[in-house]
Amino acid sequence: MTGFDQLRLEGVSRRFGTADALSGLDLTIERGEFIALLGPSGCGKSTALNCLAGLLPLTAGAIWQDDQRIDTLPPEKRGFGMVFQNYALFPHLTVRDNIAFGLRMRHLPKDDVRRRTTEAIETVQLTEHASKLPGQLSGGQQQRVAIARATVLEPSLVLMDEPLSNLDAKLRLEMRTEIRRLHQSLGLTTVYVTHDQEEALSMADRLVVMRQGKVQQIGTPEEVHTKPSTWHVADFMGYRNLLPLKASQMNGDQVTVDLGGTAIRGSAQGAVAPGDDVIAAVRPEDVKLADQGVKGLIEVVEYQGRERAVEVVLDDDVRLHVRTERRVEAGEQVALTVTPGRLLVYPS
Amino acid sequence: MSAIWQHRLAERGVDRRLWLLLPATIFVLLLFIYPFLYGLSLSFQPMQGGGVLANYDKFFSDAYQRDTIATTLKIALPAALLNVLAAVPIAFRLRGRFRGKRLLTTILVVPITLGTVLTAQGLLNYLGPTGWLNRVLLSLHIVDNPIRLTNNYWGVFFSLVITGFPFAFLLVLSYLSGIDPTLERAAATLGASRAQRFRRITLPLLAPGLATTFLLTFVLAFSVFPSAVLVGNPAGSTRVISLAAYQAAYEQYDYSYASAIAMVMGAVELVVVAIVLLWRSRLYTGSTGGKG
Repeated sequence: MTGFDQLRLEGVSRRFGTADALSGLDLTIERGEFIALLGPSGCGKSTALNCLAGLLPLTAGAIWQDDQRIDTLPPEKRGFGMVFQNYALFPHLTVRDNIAFGLRMRHLPKDDVRRRTTEAIETVQLTEHASKLPGQLSGGQQQRVAIARATVLEPSLVLMDEPLSNLDAKLRLEMRTEIRRLHQSLGLTTVYVTHDQEEALSMADRLVVMRQGKVQQIGTPEEVHTKPSTWHVADFMGYRNLLPLKASQMNGDQVTVDLGGTAIRGSAQGAVAPGDDVIAAVRPEDVKLADQGVKGLIEVVEYQGRERAVEVVLDDDVRLHVRTERRVEAGEQVALTVTPGRLLVYPS
Repeated sequence: MSAIWQHRLAERGVDRRLWLLLPATIFVLLLFIYPFLYGLSLSFQPMQGGGVLANYDKFFSDAYQRDTIATTLKIALPAALLNVLAAVPIAFRLRGRFRGKRLLTTILVVPITLGTVLTAQGLLNYLGPTGWLNRVLLSLHIVDNPIRLTNNYWGVFFSLVITGFPFAFLLVLSYLSGIDPTLERAAATLGASRAQRFRRITLPLLAPGLATTFLLTFVLAFSVFPSAVLVGNPAGSTRVISLAAYQAAYEQYDYSYASAIAMVMGAVELVVVAIVLLWRSRLYTGSTGGKG
């Protein structure tokens, strides 16, 4: 493996016409890391991946592999493996030939090609399908061929572009584990693009959250999950309650906001001053039904197995999403409390 | 009972919608099958008598007639091959989106609308002994005598390329845009150079389409008639088989013999078509992943 210790992206930018698809991406990838680029569609995450792969030229910035500048190299000279969203398997080649393709392009000895291809086919458990054409395989099997094809070369970096988005929910969970297992057993450095926050949280060592071509936050899954840097990130990380409120009191980084006539304490994220308009973010699971607290009226109840997702309207027309195990019904009067420390207050 | 039968028939695609095929079936029967069978039976009834196969005997024993097969193949095969080979790089370059694509495609397709006679006229004006090309070459003293590019093999060849290329180009372009461009990108990330990507990925996926394109332009070129007369040498080097059939029918008024020649013509075409299709059947002809 022609490994690297560090891959540095410096101000990597890509412009389409007058639109900035990606502006000034700075990121250092360490060897063996699993990095997820996360964001809604159109946030520039796929653009970033294609720039890394060499499939899109940069409009500005540089990519360094240790001391070597690689952003001017064509894709075939970079030696990165890529798994495409639609798999991009060669339809006229068998599973075996698809996987052997990269090895053959490298003019490796025939025995080597055969041995490594066979190993890769075994790793992804496709031995009995080796001589089939991709068209004869199911989605999950095609996915595994795509992964085997990209990893058989033991590339210094594997790029994955929403590889699970075309699979059904059950298969997606299985493949998630499989990809993580492959990453660990082969010691691959991986950059993984997804719009699914759960996928990113569960698989990656570090997340890069993006929005409108810009990086919003870089951090471990836990950091991004518990301390989103902006309310946009919070929105993306499952803080379904984003409430436009007013800050009334400050005490260190503790800030008091008025929610439905009740003063509630949250922690300030960024520059917040008393009297400011703020956005208070809290997850549905951190709002509890209680005997006393903020008064509201249940408007919608969705049954979700163990829990119910409930929408509550407060006296001042603010809507809150709540999760509860209690049997409640629409039209019921309830009181709510917020788990201490879980309300994050952002400048709006 | 009747419900079960209806279901069974529906399973095999037999229902009342089948009647929609009727107009096309009548059309094919009246305008293709019937004339073909009529011609076939006519060719077995020689005007001068002498047995069922007398016409075919006459054709193949007369070198002047027999050679028209080779003459026609010598024009049609290279012309069809050139049309396909020239269409590939141009279509390859033009398959993406870019400004002015429509204009360029229109210009490339214009020759289809011109018709053979106008093309022949243009060729005579441009490439003839006193045409522009020769006058330029003569006045620049590049040649001492006009080069002959019309009223011979080359005149017909050029004419076939001019009229056949647009067909080939349009077909190849549509086959090419049916191939998912991500496949080439994937090959690139696997270390394949531009040439390897073309040879290993694009070409194998395009080959069946190229075979079809070749056949269509070949069949068009094989039945060449107007340009063989107008810009060729119909008495010699471009005495093509359709000309032989024409002479039999409208100069000697021997319809039976002309029909036999037409049948020979069809048989030769079928042989070429069969060979190419046989080769094509060994290629991958499934989905190419694209939008096409």
